[in-house]
Amino acid sequence: MVNEKRSSASDPGYRLAPFLPRPDRRGRFGAYGGRYVPETLIPALKRLEADFKSAWKDPAFQKEYRRLMHEFAGRPTSLYFAERLSSHWRRGRIYLKREDLNHTGSHKLNNTLGQILLAVRGGKKRVIAETGAGQHGVATATVAARFGLECDVYMGKIDVERQAPNVARMKLLGARVIPVESGAQTLKDATNEAIRDWVARVDDTFYVIGSVVGPHPYPFMVRQFQRVIGEEARTQFKQQIGRLPNLLVACVGGGSNALGFFTAFMKDKSVRMLGVEAAGCGLHSGKHAASLSAGRVGILHGSAGYLLQSNDGQITVPQSISAGLDYPGVGPEHSYLKDSRRVTYTSVTDDEALAAFTALSELEGILPALESAHALAAVRKLPARRTTNQIIGVCLSGRGDKDLATVMEAAESGGGGKSRNKS
Amino acid sequence: MNRTSTPISLARRSQAPRLRMDTSVDFRLRDLFTVGKPVIPFLTAGFPTVSGFVDAAVAACDAGARALEIGMPFSDPLADGPAIQYSSQVALAGGITMPRVLELTTRLSARLPIPILLMGYLNPISQMGFARFARAARAAGATGTIVPDCPIDEATEWRSASRHAGMANVFLIAPTTPDERVALIDAGSTVFSYCVSVAGVTGVRRDVSESTRRFLRRVRRVAKKPYVVGFGISQPEHVRALKLLADGFVVGSALVKILRESPKPRAAAGVGRTIGALVRAAE
Repeated sequence: MVNEKRSSASDPGYRLAPFLPRPDRRGRFGAYGGRYVPETLIPALKRLEADFKSAWKDPAFQKEYRRLMHEFAGRPTSLYFAERLSSHWRRGRIYLKREDLNHTGSHKLNNTLGQILLAVRGGKKRVIAETGAGQHGVATATVAARFGLECDVYMGKIDVERQAPNVARMKLLGARVIPVESGAQTLKDATNEAIRDWVARVDDTFYVIGSVVGPHPYPFMVRQFQRVIGEEARTQFKQQIGRLPNLLVACVGGGSNALGFFTAFMKDKSVRMLGVEAAGCGLHSGKHAASLSAGRVGILHGSAGYLLQSNDGQITVPQSISAGLDYPGVGPEHSYLKDSRRVTYTSVTDDEALAAFTALSELEGILPALESAHALAAVRKLPARRTTNQIIGVCLSGRGDKDLATVMEAAESGGGGKSRNKS
Repeated sequence: MNRTSTPISLARRSQAPRLRMDTSVDFRLRDLFTVGKPVIPFLTAGFPTVSGFVDAAVAACDAGARALEIGMPFSDPLADGPAIQYSSQVALAGGITMPRVLELTTRLSARLPIPILLMGYLNPISQMGFARFARAARAAGATGTIVPDCPIDEATEWRSASRHAGMANVFLIAPTTPDERVALIDAGSTVFSYCVSVAGVTGVRRDVSESTRRFLRRVRRVAKKPYVVGFGISQPEHVRALKLLADGFVVGSALVKILRESPKPRAAAGVGRTIGALVRAAE
């Protein structure tokens, strides 16, 4: 049903509502965003901005994108009432937007499909990507295989070691995984290396960024490709319960699943939104990845926004049990939404996320990704209610198979996330 | 052929008597291109050690370097290749901070007669505050800055802070930059602009390609101010190949390699020899 509606090429639901913070001409959401990259890339970014604009308006492009989202990715994903979890926690009725059922097991594919269609349209033969946990790398390698493109994925050496299954998946999909040994050898360094690659091969290469970060137009473009999450959910809420939710909850690393989930509801004043960052071992421990909750405004990877950094302006190494939230920055639109207070941001620790992981697994038979478990843990921390009239939508951004080793290790050491933070 | 007419300074002359600070760009920088083609070494502050860095800078100056670029180390230098990334990491691990960089600048500017430029990324500068950093850098004796992740479109605030402190802004021009943008960057740079020889990051490269020459010829047609060329310049042959197409030469990664590979007492002399050879090639 939903998909039928979505497949109409002129569907106005995909256009941006006029009052939403579309970035300004300089690619900024308020004071955040911009294009802080080496001069070599500026012409390519301007061209990308124009290409995206024309493709987005092109019915043929939209039709192909929707078709693949349906037939290849398996969308729409379901909205599922987590009945046992709801009655156990007593925070309200919890509905899960099941992005874990999307092809490759997370919401990442929505974006890589869109960007690689754009790459093919622009005649590019090679795509590159950065990845932390490997989910975006897998999603990029998957679509690159589907279109027969050469694919190189940059991944921090430490992440290559601790996310072996996803490295194997990427290799099976025909991608080359390049371990990054510079800096802290994690996601931020993989991103630096991908940008350096792009600077050197900007003529024949398309850089597929995995989240709503990076220089303009990436934060805007990635959000547009992820909007489908919230647009489906909004229709599904109306169909299934005849009303909109009171609260939406999503985890925020770079922030693409959260913006994808929230954007369709931005003009619904009755809907409150909660973004959940990773507090790692606790905000006061200094070992966390909560850029919005505990960072300061700065400039990294081409855009201005909240950042984890030292007093001297050096980027610090974030820590979280979830490799997908382990990023020192955050999307510029999130920085804007924090200041404008349209979205509230909070954080949960490794241990709280692990408890939510266990709860969902045992009560609903769904293994969530550790990233998504952060969103669930934030629901658990809401005040208890006697009535069930509060409707809570949670974006279950991915599935947890990739995290089994981490979760088992944490369970053995008994101390939750502390065990992993040796890196 | 020396086509460098008097470079137009965008800096406000210090006419207002209530301003204590001299807000005109240092004359040594303005006069850099009036005679010959300067060779400009790039050295990462505090690499390999503080004393090793100072010795290398002095040796480079003695060997005929006409200006000095001091790299301000950053944790995520995305325009730099492996050599300069490494030097930044070593410097940061050795305790180099922005105040320390300015301290070293003060020491060198008191000792060397040549103009000093600071090269670094925008985040550490923005954390100190644009205006505060620009004033402190000028007070330390620096004459200008090069910020590779700050393209001219994003530089409004930074340029105004620099102008008020009498600091020059040098912007980068890349092979991918179209002509109309070359004109824009040329106009926005204070004394000269900086051409990146290839689409890529900093690093030692074997040859100077024909496409680099084509690119520089294109810049020559459009630019009104002098421009230097950098990224991949390490051999006298490179300088000779580009001598007629650029107004100056920057060498960085090659020096970092010398400092990294030579034993300490010989490192500074090695830097001096390399610079000397490049200076002779540029004559």
